[in-house]
Amino acid sequence: MLELKNINKYYNVGTVNETCLFEDFNLTIKDQQFVSVVGSNGSGKTSMLNLICGSIPLDQGRILIGGEDITNMPEYKRQRRIGRVYQNPAMGTCPSMTILENMSLADNKGKPFNLGRGTNKARIDFYRDSLHTLGLGLEDKLHVKVGALSGGQRQAMALLMSTMTPIEFLILDEHTAALDPKTADIIMELTDKVVREKNLTTIMVTHNLRYAVEYGNRLLMMHQGHAIIDEENEAKDKIKIDDILEQFNTISVECGNED
Amino acid sequence: MSILIGVLEEGLVYAIMALGVYITYKILDFPDLSVDGTFPLGGAVTVTLILAGVNPVLTLFLAFLAGAAAGLVTGLIHVKLRVRDLLSGIIVMTALYSLNLRIAGKANVPIFSQETIFDNAFLNSIIPESISPFTVLIILVIIVLVCKLLLDFYLNTKSGYLLRAAGDNETLVTSLAKDKGMVKILGLSIANGFAALAGCIYCQQKGFFEISMGTGTMVIGLANVIIGTKLFRKFGAVKATTAVIVGSIVYKGCVSIAIAMGMAASDLKLITSALFLVILVISNGRKGKKTC
Repeated sequence: MLELKNINKYYNVGTVNETCLFEDFNLTIKDQQFVSVVGSNGSGKTSMLNLICGSIPLDQGRILIGGEDITNMPEYKRQRRIGRVYQNPAMGTCPSMTILENMSLADNKGKPFNLGRGTNKARIDFYRDSLHTLGLGLEDKLHVKVGALSGGQRQAMALLMSTMTPIEFLILDEHTAALDPKTADIIMELTDKVVREKNLTTIMVTHNLRYAVEYGNRLLMMHQGHAIIDEENEAKDKIKIDDILEQFNTISVECGNED
Repeated sequence: MSILIGVLEEGLVYAIMALGVYITYKILDFPDLSVDGTFPLGGAVTVTLILAGVNPVLTLFLAFLAGAAAGLVTGLIHVKLRVRDLLSGIIVMTALYSLNLRIAGKANVPIFSQETIFDNAFLNSIIPESISPFTVLIILVIIVLVCKLLLDFYLNTKSGYLLRAAGDNETLVTSLAKDKGMVKILGLSIANGFAALAGCIYCQQKGFFEISMGTGTMVIGLANVIIGTKLFRKFGAVKATTAVIVGSIVYKGCVSIAIAMGMAASDLKLITSALFLVILVISNGRKGKKTC
């Protein structure tokens, strides 16, 4: 279980541009929940992910995983139990290293990076099989540098690499946004499969309302640091794209975008 | 012939330092100026130890450790105190100037009459007269080869993978639940260890320590790395470490040619940097991935 308690987060503190993003924000995500998060730009979606991962500091409040307070844990230590896929496909892989080397790196997460052989030959078949499940033919390109792959291929690898070792949470930060519609669909299918197979607790930020509605069992809509829609299970299943769009329009009017 | 041997010898000495610069500049993408201080640091440590009667072979390891410690300081300044990469190097380089003077005692320390790795009773007894002009070269080739193989081995270990990942994509290192700062510090330590080792060998070969021997080390190292990697870019099969070593010899050759064409020996640093500029411009013209 992931808990955000009484979170306060300000930007540009002490300047005229001081803005409050979160004020007394609370969120509890139960184990094995798949939460889709939508919302306009600047509504706090990505900031929320960054707070959970420890990429940005919070001003007040506490973050707990399974009851354990991780508020002051450095980002890299939190990543032990978290897998994260970024919007930019380049963030999840090493371009100048080969596919095999990248897989070996990911496979060693949580274990010591010592003077043992970088690539365990006995694991190569396993890597090949995992890559085969992507259906992109990457299993035959083990010695190709990842920098030579397309964005979609890299993102598929990033997804595979971030979920290769046992993790509790999967954080998806608009991970299909930089891909063409067809590739995005493939990656989304893949994501759903991995989440089901590994029973991961997942938070997915997306601008694709269809994905938000179709996938996952809970939907959050963020606006100015608050969750203005928060439905799960059956109630979530009833939500349609039009409902969300309507909500978006209302927000837009509030913000002075009336036309 | 003697010029050729001279080029090879000096090229190989600087190749060891260039292997270190390869780690910082190419792998970590960190322009590390501390090598200008750690190269003479290796020399200062070496002459002091040799004059104190320490086995010259042992000085190789001790010089490496001294350099690694200095690299550690650069890394700590950069990572823990959040000082910019270039400035961290400059701070350590400047501080080392005084420290090197303290270690060596004075600005110029000769060790001509002492035993070195190139000239000692054991070597003189096993090497026949006929190949004695090549002794230095042979020993250098062995040392450079060992350094290269060790670095190749290291870069293929788990720790080496992580080092390469840190230069390539810091975010991934964090995603692997590893502290990227520690990886950088480790890389800087190894790199400066190599620079100090090169300084140690340089002094033993020349027979003296000289406080200004480190000036321009960074430029020479960068030139070596860039020449090597550009030269062999089209040959995927050639390891980058091999390329760097060949680059070092080619660069030294170019400098020697310039001097042979009538430049004064005192123009050495001018030639060094002018040639480096030419190399940079040429490599930019070919759409080099990284510029300086």
